Amino acid sequence: MRFVFKTDYDQDIRILKHSGYWWSYGVLLAALIAAPFLLESYLQSQLVFVFIYAIVGVALMILTGFTGQASLGHAAFLAIGAYTAGFLQSLGVPFIVYFPVAAVLTGLVGALVGFPALRLQGIYLVIATIAFAFIVEEILARWESVTHGNEGMRVRALDLVGMPVPRDSSAFYFLCLLVLVGAILLALNLLRSPTGRAFVAIRDSETAGKSMGIDLAAYKVKSFAISAAITGMAGVLFAHKMTFISPEMFTLLLSIEFIMVIIIGGAFGVHGAILGAIFMVMVDPFLTALKDDVPVLAASIASSFGMAEDAAKQLQEKFSKIGSAAGLKGAIYGLIIMMFILFEPYGLYGRWLKVKLFFQLFPLYKRATFKRQKTYVKSERNR
Amino acid sequence: MSFFTVDGISLQFGGLKAVDAVSFSVEKGEIFTIIGPNGAGKTSIFNLISRLYNPTSGKLFFEGRDITDVPPHQIAKLGIARTFQNIELFENATMLANLLVGRHCHATTQMWQEMLFLPSVRRAERDHRRKVEEVIEFLDLQAYRDKLIAGLPYGVRKVIEVARALCSEPKLILLDEPSSGLNVEETDDMSFWIRDIRSELGITVLMVEHDMTLVNRVSDRVLALNYGKVLASGTPSEVQAHPDVIAAYLGA
Repeated sequence: MRFVFKTDYDQDIRILKHSGYWWSYGVLLAALIAAPFLLESYLQSQLVFVFIYAIVGVALMILTGFTGQASLGHAAFLAIGAYTAGFLQSLGVPFIVYFPVAAVLTGLVGALVGFPALRLQGIYLVIATIAFAFIVEEILARWESVTHGNEGMRVRALDLVGMPVPRDSSAFYFLCLLVLVGAILLALNLLRSPTGRAFVAIRDSETAGKSMGIDLAAYKVKSFAISAAITGMAGVLFAHKMTFISPEMFTLLLSIEFIMVIIIGGAFGVHGAILGAIFMVMVDPFLTALKDDVPVLAASIASSFGMAEDAAKQLQEKFSKIGSAAGLKGAIYGLIIMMFILFEPYGLYGRWLKVKLFFQLFPLYKRATFKRQKTYVKSERNR
Repeated sequence: MSFFTVDGISLQFGGLKAVDAVSFSVEKGEIFTIIGPNGAGKTSIFNLISRLYNPTSGKLFFEGRDITDVPPHQIAKLGIARTFQNIELFENATMLANLLVGRHCHATTQMWQEMLFLPSVRRAERDHRRKVEEVIEFLDLQAYRDKLIAGLPYGVRKVIEVARALCSEPKLILLDEPSSGLNVEETDDMSFWIRDIRSELGITVLMVEHDMTLVNRVSDRVLALNYGKVLASGTPSEVQAHPDVIAAYLGA
């Protein structure tokens, strides 16, 4: 087990704490840079979606994980970013202009949502953000001169200072990777400076934060704005990846997917956003595969146990009917969230930390190390 | 004018008068204690001073300035820090992060600078860190720097709250029952620290306390409250001998 001997304040300030970080993140980055040259195009495309989800995950991590303000409206922020890109591109505005414009615009909308959110807590805040998302969805459907309403909108290939970047190219992959790394660095920088600590303070005790000189209103609005702006950037990339955007793509289910990213990943660190994004992007093709395979599998098992051919066929049809039932995906997502909250509230990253500690302490690891304890000292809040 | 003055302050929750026209003043460099039975309004006075509550009437003056209408987040910047009776630390953060939040009122960097972590931010961070380290040294908290608060024992948390308040370099520190829940030994340590806070750091102390041994040992002046009203004030022995105080505590 490594023990870092600290002799300098900078050792606490640094993002990469010791040489082990350089090695592991260096290898990861090298692998990600090599990926488009090694992987087939389907996997590369999936990785691009992982990046986009991870950018939103980082954004949501700032708002929900660090500041403690839940949001089910991030699909709307993504939509605002996407539509700003689509609209400005159709006016002939270049990417290097509309990319930051989309971020700033979404950030401003985020700040506007943040203001009413100042007085709301917990479930009420969630409801308010859902309401916001519905409003945005409705505006997108009705404001036809800009958004083409429910018909949707074509987004042409990205044009980076004269160089076309099609959605399947490795250049687009690297652009997404770059934005993701940028978003992560931004989040980590915030976290090691006063603003980020103020966010964490608001999450853990508003009263104490107030008495320590934190302007709750200002920091909540800031948190909303940053989170929305980063999501807006992801929205631009999303629009270019999909090449077609319409209001029904940015529904409540997408917001729930984003919340799942951080719950499944572990809502206490940036790592969680990345792991959660990988999980969320990969779970969809997995579910689709299950939908195709399970009925066939069930039928063949049934017939091998001596079921008649007709009955087996009926069984297969029954299963595929269940598989294609409307709303099944939402139900499965709900089930996954519940399982994680019940059995692994610290998410995939929390599980990874436990596995890591097991090997670090081997053979001294005790089962009780991570036993959740009840706390008996609970303070009353002056709300 | 006194260093800190409370002038006829009242706080009413509906029909209940939690604090009823209380006046007192604290001189610079003093250790001033407020005592009183449960529900006497001691913590309410602290919450009024740190502006978590708005007074129904009356005024607060700090260094000659009227602070009755100052928003709560600016109180720390003026030089008033506080601790809480029921510990209000940031549980899911390390002790270091907690203490650095105590430095928040001295933060000068803008958010965009912090996003890019410009050299100015790094310099400011080092300065904050140096100040925090002084407090850690002062209160002997070296062993807990990178520990999460959620895993620390009660006694240590109590000291960390004092440390967090000291990190803001206050002129006046409000200690809300610094010894509650501490054992005899820890209470002893606390009484030494309270005196050191005054004599070494030159910070004026205003505290609420139940433990009369601690009160007698450290306080210069004591104010006794009951049902939101002032019963008596003076030196610890004067207040303890006052017939109204004896009646309030023992019933008569």
